[in-house]
Amino acid sequence: MRHEGTREERAARAVDVLVVGAGPAGLAAAARLAAAGAGRVEVLEREPEAGGAARLCAHPGFGADRRGRPLDGPGYAGRAVRAAVRAGAAVRTGVSVTGWAGPLVLETTAPTGLEAVRARAVVLATGARERARPARLLPGTRVRGVLTAGELQRTVALFGPRPERIGQRAVVAGDGPEAGHAVRLLRRAGVAVVAVVGEGPRAAVRAGGVPVLAETAVTEVTGRGRLAGVAVRGRDGRPRTVGCDTLVLTGDWVPEHALARAGGLPLAPGGRGPLVDGALRTAVPGVFAAGGLLHGGEPAARAAAEGRAVATAVLAHLGGGAPRAAEGLPVETSGPLRWVHPGLLGPAPAPLLLQAEHTLVRPLLTVRQDGRVLHRGRPAGVLPAWRSLRLDARWTRGADPGGGPVVVDVRE
Amino acid sequence: MSGGAADDPYDVVVVGAGVVGCAVARALARYPLRVALVEAADDVGEGSSKANTAILHTGFDAVPGTLEAGLVRAGHRLLGAYAAEAGIPVEPVGALLVAWDEEQRAALPGLAAKAARNGHHTTRLLGAAELRRREPHLGPGALGALAVPGESVICPWTTTLAYATQAVRSGVRLLLGRRVTAVSGAPGGPHRLSTTRGPLTARFLVNACGLYADRFDALLGVQDFAVTPRRGQLLVYDKPARALVRHILLPVPGPLGKGVLVAPTVYGNVLLGPTAEDLTDRTATGTTAEGLAGLREQGARIVPALVGEEVTAAYAGLRAATGREDYRCAARPALRYVTVGGIRSTGLSASLALAEHVLGLLAECGLRTGPERPLAPVRMPNLGEAFPRPYRDAAAVARDPGFGTVVCHCEHVTRGEVRAALASDVPPAGLDGLRRRTRAGAGRCQGGHCRPALQALFEEHRRSAGRRRYGKDGGAR
Repeated sequence: MRHEGTREERAARAVDVLVVGAGPAGLAAAARLAAAGAGRVEVLEREPEAGGAARLCAHPGFGADRRGRPLDGPGYAGRAVRAAVRAGAAVRTGVSVTGWAGPLVLETTAPTGLEAVRARAVVLATGARERARPARLLPGTRVRGVLTAGELQRTVALFGPRPERIGQRAVVAGDGPEAGHAVRLLRRAGVAVVAVVGEGPRAAVRAGGVPVLAETAVTEVTGRGRLAGVAVRGRDGRPRTVGCDTLVLTGDWVPEHALARAGGLPLAPGGRGPLVDGALRTAVPGVFAAGGLLHGGEPAARAAAEGRAVATAVLAHLGGGAPRAAEGLPVETSGPLRWVHPGLLGPAPAPLLLQAEHTLVRPLLTVRQDGRVLHRGRPAGVLPAWRSLRLDARWTRGADPGGGPVVVDVRE
Repeated sequence: MSGGAADDPYDVVVVGAGVVGCAVARALARYPLRVALVEAADDVGEGSSKANTAILHTGFDAVPGTLEAGLVRAGHRLLGAYAAEAGIPVEPVGALLVAWDEEQRAALPGLAAKAARNGHHTTRLLGAAELRRREPHLGPGALGALAVPGESVICPWTTTLAYATQAVRSGVRLLLGRRVTAVSGAPGGPHRLSTTRGPLTARFLVNACGLYADRFDALLGVQDFAVTPRRGQLLVYDKPARALVRHILLPVPGPLGKGVLVAPTVYGNVLLGPTAEDLTDRTATGTTAEGLAGLREQGARIVPALVGEEVTAAYAGLRAATGREDYRCAARPALRYVTVGGIRSTGLSASLALAEHVLGLLAECGLRTGPERPLAPVRMPNLGEAFPRPYRDAAAVARDPGFGTVVCHCEHVTRGEVRAALASDVPPAGLDGLRRRTRAGAGRCQGGHCRPALQALFEEHRRSAGRRRYGKDGGAR
């Protein structure tokens, strides 16, 4: 954004709605918008194939098709792409959105050339990524053999389930469902899984006979050139080493917010996605956000539902009236909460979604405004760190629109 | 390995293809000499040259009168000009030495006077208000600063590669993956080098072994200094952090030890570090929990908003300290041998001036270079954010759609750039080398997205280029 090269000549083009990211959220939004007659609806996807992260999840858990047969990730992704295209949306793959040329003008790079695409509404659905090793501040030597579950999936997708492409002995870090998927994918590829290391109190992982080290963290990686082992520390504080040549890091999702930030959109505290209200409007009128960008690591169905919801807000925006930015009472967190979504309560009642920093047992949830309790309850026996909690919108009627921020507090 | 080349004596063999060794090889390439650049690792710049603070220093704070002070000052000027010519990204952002307590503030005028003794007369003292105006995201408690114009950020990878590329294009043999294990030879005769991939013969020898300079000295029976590896751990923050930092923010050196710096990078990130840990293990380039925690703590004080930003990379490099506040360069005419040692942390800045200095030392040893000739030109692919990159270059994309195909999304690296790097005169040996040539995989996801695709491109290139390569230099490259 800072440099304006003289050789930068972009073809200018205009559409009605530009959706950035062809994952479950973006595709669902595009399908609904195109079907509702929003005009030219275009989805831009930087990968060579549309479908998002689901495309790489070759396991069931993505609902069922019309005949009731279970869908895997690629099946789900394919269906979402077909639905968007059938509804009349244009899904363009291999197109990178690299910046903003104006509040509603996006710069793109594709093999066919550079463009500046103007839209009446922009939906950011750029998804989330798993934190890489440095972002997890996992110290030790710089070695080959440390990868995220996403990289493992991509490796298998590109080269097939071959151990020589991955390793011989793997440790999987994390306790969400992704850890279980990683274990199964590694085994399918002929890689021995020696342990699953999770920080949570219980083994939520269906690891099929693999030792699960609960309440344990990977604290260091060792080896020269290639990973030789990981140091782990359990609740007793005693460090020990597990020999392995592969470490798969799962979970720890962060929003892919580079484009949102390049556009100057303020972020929600905690979650670090763009700050939105219940209608999924951002601080810039006409720019909306949905899906993993707001709360990563959620099931595809939730992202798709949000894609459909954002379509409703976009249609209202296109329907006329003065363009409006996100509005409402700020929602803040207190206690061990990773994020609460949306960050602004308004304009219509909307459910809150929240995720804990670490797994909580019988958490007590309290929502307050200016010291006044709006809601209190124990919503779950165990709230795992990797699963979000949905708090329905009933209590929001009690909030004073002219009052201070709404504070969501959680404690065990 | 073809035997013929090894039998012919080289006029000069430079051992060590870090930034200094590559600069020396490039300087020698200006003359009609047979020159080999020998490196134990499988790429150039694999040691200290790849893991440093990426700053082109003016030398304002060097010990006046030392060899280092003179060479950094001259090197800053030479590399600044060369960077513009060769396409090495440099941003002259300037430095601020920030004082956080009265003692540090009291030290600033002395540092300005020292800079003046080093020939730098443009430094300026800033009060707290002006400092805050120039660096609005600085943490509370900054009392003032010494502004040092001319301090710049640079791409260390491109610098080393530009030297190596120009040397190779001008006739230097680059022999990678060859560790020199012994040096022998009759008195007065040429040096015979045993290497892990066959013998070499050299009339003159240059030791540019960096962390191993003392050990290489020992192969010739020279004992002058011992290298103490000093580890520096660094954190790199993601692009949005770049807006938080305008200058290189340097600590004021003091009795309580050295602080850390916060600096922009030419790739649009922010660097925090380094730690300074004296070690004995010359391969200990790992990070530690304490090191990273300490950095984050200091970073939070200097630029508090850094804490909320994502960490893109963490790494550690080793500086070759020798217990003296200066370089350890020596000519040994009897041995026809030059040591370039103790290049502690300013090797990148001084590299071009060091190379000229080494030519002088070789002349002292009796090397007759013959007439100077122009070097083959070099123009490196740009890795800097402040200069045009292919993904934003409509003409490049029109010429080759590969430049419109982004393969590394975090850093906007295109397939065209990857292919160009794979086919370059000093090609990468693996994905780490590819990253240093293109930035592919250097971003926030650290290759989690693109590594499999990059690996496939790498292997595809290997397959298609395999036969050609075997025909050429016997696989030495």
